[in-house]
Amino acid sequence: MKQLLILSGKGGTGKTTVAGSFISLGKLKAFADCDVDAPNLHLIIKPISKPLQTDYYGLGRAVIDPEMCVGCGNCYDKCKFDAISKDKDVYKINDFGCEGCGVCEIVCPVGAIKMIDEKAGDMYLYKENDFNFSTAELKMGSGTTGKLVAKVKQQLDNSVDNNEIAIIDGSPGIGCPVIASLSGANTVLIVAEPSVSGISDMDRIIRASAKFGVKICVCVNKYDNSIENTDKIMQYCENNKLTFVGKIPYDITAMNAINEQKDLMQINCPSANAIKDIYKKVISVLVN
Amino acid sequence: MKIAIPVNEKNENTAVCPSFGRTYFFMIHDTENGQTSFYDNAANTTAGGAGIKASQSLVNQGVDTVITPRMGNNALDVLNAANIKLLKTIEGTAMQNIKALIAGELVSL
Amino acid sequence: MNNNKGKKIAVLSGKGGTGKTLVSVNLAALCPNSTYIDCDVEEPNGHLFFRPEILKEKIITQTRPQIDDNKCNGCKKCVEFCRFNALAYIKKVMVFDDICHSCDGCALVCPQKAITMINEEVGKVHFGKSLDTYVKSGFLKVGKISGSPIISNLLKNIDESNYTFIDCPPGSACAVMESIKDADYCILVSEPTIFGACNLEMVHKLVNVFHKKFGVILNKYTGTNNPSLNYCLKNNIEIIGKIPYSNEIAKLSSVGKIIVRTNSSAKKSFEDILEKVLKKVTK
Repeated sequence: MKQLLILSGKGGTGKTTVAGSFISLGKLKAFADCDVDAPNLHLIIKPISKPLQTDYYGLGRAVIDPEMCVGCGNCYDKCKFDAISKDKDVYKINDFGCEGCGVCEIVCPVGAIKMIDEKAGDMYLYKENDFNFSTAELKMGSGTTGKLVAKVKQQLDNSVDNNEIAIIDGSPGIGCPVIASLSGANTVLIVAEPSVSGISDMDRIIRASAKFGVKICVCVNKYDNSIENTDKIMQYCENNKLTFVGKIPYDITAMNAINEQKDLMQINCPSANAIKDIYKKVISVLVN
Repeated sequence: MKIAIPVNEKNENTAVCPSFGRTYFFMIHDTENGQTSFYDNAANTTAGGAGIKASQSLVNQGVDTVITPRMGNNALDVLNAANIKLLKTIEGTAMQNIKALIAGELVSL
Repeated sequence: MNNNKGKKIAVLSGKGGTGKTLVSVNLAALCPNSTYIDCDVEEPNGHLFFRPEILKEKIITQTRPQIDDNKCNGCKKCVEFCRFNALAYIKKVMVFDDICHSCDGCALVCPQKAITMINEEVGKVHFGKSLDTYVKSGFLKVGKISGSPIISNLLKNIDESNYTFIDCPPGSACAVMESIKDADYCILVSEPTIFGACNLEMVHKLVNVFHKKFGVILNKYTGTNNPSLNYCLKNNIEIIGKIPYSNEIAKLSSVGKIIVRTNSSAKKSFEDILEKVLKKVTK
């Protein structure tokens, strides 16, 4: 599948709204929500079928057998993640914090620690007449978000044709889950916000994305909040040879449409029209 | 040549898998004896570094040529260090790609 | 005598862009001699508003393995041990820094003692001052995968004599948990969209799992249909403040202004919230 990944760096700039709009405009059949920490795309897509559910196992975690433990404290000393708590000479692995590295297992002199598989989340694949939608929810406290993101994409990949365009709704930030979503992406659309925070965050996500050799497009949402900052973003794109694909005005109609779960692309309003133009430009970058 | 290609199913006429590190299977074709075999890619279920783990296992098996649609930087580093020839897939099934390779029609990755 | 000071107030939201930084920056600026800590180390923003005078910088490091090829005998025990696949063996050991999780396990398993763990920069922490507010910001180096060690450092040595406002990252995963772990009170900032309400539910679960006292702020409040308000009413969640949707707030924020340090009438909303929050934490 040809992956169009939608990122922003800063949260709340409109990734999911744009993703949902693109899916509607192109009548696209393959999409995934890789914001496994705070998934939202299902609220726009509103799938009706029962999804195929798969248990997701992360890296597993360590478990100490209290009967075998001799209270030497080796595991506590060697754990780099503060995942072991000590109460007098009773040692326990904390619920959150264990990264599954396996060091405690090998430093325990009596073999009291074992690494066990533990369910870390759920993966869902909705296969309906007109689409395949892959999403997931991470169980609270689980790490390995990156692995889950990779699996959400793979789940989609395995159920669609090679040349299908796939929309990947990404997560905020620049860390592990974003990096996992970048791997394999053909084109990235950055939805930026014209504020000092938005510009700073946009710069960081663009630098993180650049390491992956992907094609980068940038659009500005709520551009009329600051024409000056919007111009700065356009200048940044020109200076860094990035494709600027358009700007969307702040539009209360859009927010109301989303809240009423109506398809924004069916409404004749300034933001919808701006998104339509941006869609055409982005798709042409993606397929060329 | 011992050639590896990531595939979706254990079948010569299957499609090439778009992902290298997380493919379910690798098809291995040995030009010396004309035999084709498949093996499960253990890296598929790994957390990070799937490309690295997949590459390491191919090296361990004596593969000298890999055909793939794309590959991450880390996997590339491993295969380059092992002097493995890397070629880009074309449209078509896994076996069609092998044949194209033998006919000298594929380009470097 | 005075057990009110030294309280830590975490500001989180689940969904990004709801106003965590707006709230934490403005409350810290209003509250005399308080500390603002920016735990969103992937995309830090607080320093853009405070523009603090930097008093101290600390480089945060993580360990990564360095291989002595002369001592290495090719046994590959390190490659087999690493659960993150950060090592490979092709004629010699190859290390992939970007996925190394710094567990130091490879150095422990090497029978030849050929692996030493060396320190490598993963980011930095700035400690500074803006008027009477202490500002601590963390910055993850672009390309690094995890900011946990930076967040850990930010939350060490907190000044116990005054209030601390912790600006949390978006989401509800590890980084957020790390940020709220020692908080005395959590402010959940929500926006009036179905996305906001959906993610509010996630952080609501989170603060309950951690047994934290908490309250919700309804940001960008318009008085009309508000899915987040509905969620709060349905679940008997206390609403500790409302910040009305305002073009003025949006425009001032977009140019990096701290609302409470201007003449904006919006200042009142933050004053009311601060008063309410301080009452809550000192109960």
